[in-house]
Amino acid sequence: MNVTVQIERRHNEPVRPEWLCPSCHQGARHSEVRANLMVCPHCGHHLRIGARERIGQLADDGTFRELWSMVTTLDPLGFVDLETYPERVREAQAKTGLQEAIVTGTASIDATPCVLAVMDFGFMGGSMGSVVGEKLWRSAELASGEDLPLVAVCTSGGARMQEGIMSLMQMAKTSCAVDLINEASSPFVTILADPCTGGVVASFATLADICIAEPGARLYFTGPRVIQQTTHEELPPGFSTAERNLELGHLDAVVPRKDLRARVGNYLRLLGGGEEPDRGETAEDGAGRTGRLAQAAAERARTLATYARRSLVRGDREAPEPPEEAPAREPEA
Amino acid sequence: MTVEIARHKERPRTRDYIGYLIDGFEELKGDRLRAEDPAIVGGLGWFRGRAVLVVGHQKGRTLDEQTVHNFGMAKPEGYRKAQRLFTLAERHGLPVLTFVDTPGAYPGVAAEEGGQARAIAESMLGMARLSVPVVASIIGEGGSGGALALAVADRVLMLENATYSVITPEGCAAILWRDADFAPQAAEALKPTASQLLELLAVEAVVDEPRGGAHHNPELAAQRLGDAIAQALAELDQIPPQERRLQRRERFRRLGRWSDPEQPPGSYSLFGGYAPPAE
Repeated sequence: MNVTVQIERRHNEPVRPEWLCPSCHQGARHSEVRANLMVCPHCGHHLRIGARERIGQLADDGTFRELWSMVTTLDPLGFVDLETYPERVREAQAKTGLQEAIVTGTASIDATPCVLAVMDFGFMGGSMGSVVGEKLWRSAELASGEDLPLVAVCTSGGARMQEGIMSLMQMAKTSCAVDLINEASSPFVTILADPCTGGVVASFATLADICIAEPGARLYFTGPRVIQQTTHEELPPGFSTAERNLELGHLDAVVPRKDLRARVGNYLRLLGGGEEPDRGETAEDGAGRTGRLAQAAAERARTLATYARRSLVRGDREAPEPPEEAPAREPEA
Repeated sequence: MTVEIARHKERPRTRDYIGYLIDGFEELKGDRLRAEDPAIVGGLGWFRGRAVLVVGHQKGRTLDEQTVHNFGMAKPEGYRKAQRLFTLAERHGLPVLTFVDTPGAYPGVAAEEGGQARAIAESMLGMARLSVPVVASIIGEGGSGGALALAVADRVLMLENATYSVITPEGCAAILWRDADFAPQAAEALKPTASQLLELLAVEAVVDEPRGGAHHNPELAAQRLGDAIAQALAELDQIPPQERRLQRRERFRRLGRWSDPEQPPGSYSLFGGYAPPAE
């Protein structure tokens, strides 16, 4: 008798889901959410993801070659708040396994070679200090020097206060990097992910040729709290969301995460001009990307990474070894 | 303490410096898109006999003036006006003089939804593109992105008691100390004073103010600032126009402190860009 009651009770207990969506509060399995690119399978809420995961989603499998991974910040001001700045950096490094709030390198996106720079909000709020500015500059330099597109995924709380004026100057530095890349007519695409704010959204993030955002991403220069504290204004519904920004004309498109790779790849090919590449060449089949264009793009990403690394150490500019017949944009050439 | 002098209500404003330094000033208003923003004044005039474009934040002094000029806090239309004027200067080969004096960009809903972020970014990019000489002077408060939007210059001059910072001490204290009462500690830590910025190479020169601050003798302060601007212009005149743009880019490229074990000390990186010696 007793035993039966026990069993009954167990059945009536709600099953505690492995994962709860912070937006719609419905449950799902971790594996389900991961397979859905960290997007809620019920409501489509886009969770924040780290730089490594983003690269995995965006770049074609195995094509990303990291560059300048050893660049670390110094402490220009000797900044101390409740902790010293170097302590905060060390904590962030331990937490994220990254050296800084941005990861840069070469990659192929949808069979199109590019320079890829991805920010990580988990590293001190994705704040932009000297290293983010410098790595972005080098990415722009490589892209413009090699006539490659630059793709940047931007997510940031703004400038890194602990570097004082040096962090502010990164806004100017990255804007100058955009000047560099515009001058070379290299395509430049930014993807704004939640949240993208302050000094980043007011510099390179919004200066791209094409500027898109993920659904629901919060994008603002001045945050809702500061606005309310300073001006006591009523905030309109949906204030600062990607959708609202799209409506106001500040974005080219809002693109769900699952479509990012294909859309960005197409943007890059369109901005590159010329004739449309044969889709059969880029297509993905069961064995991965075996098309000729995809192979060539991956090869070019590899060659460039090696070249960029070497030219940095040697400190001079030499022609990269010809990546045997791998023109990025004219597959028929 | 310096912040107090920088924010002193009697401190000379952009209009005062224009009055002392620019003859026959012709103000040009409007962003040509939708609005005029009195927080930024701009126009043409003669600086020591030479036609120049002047753009600067205007704070105002009396409460009425401050309200009109919105305390020097510009909206997107202000930055777009600045950008339109930079283009004008470029077209006609006029040197650009900017005066920076703002607590920051205006933090309102309309400004935000009107594209504040992009307006600031475009102003910076617009300045980066210029081939005419650009001299910026930080005359009072240099508040964050709203200030930098007018300070992407070949030479950045700073008055002795001016400040220039990524965030207000109050804002920084509220975030990092979680208590705005720690503003004095934050002000100390942010190193926003002219001499500290000179040391960090964020500005080229510090212009001495009359004893007690520029408001004690505005005419003398303007005279000294004018001399510094004239000297900067004379130097910049020696550089060919296209070279100026490259050098300006290079100036900002050098700003920042990082270490990179893959990069030999003092070497040139990737494509000829300068890399500061490792520390």
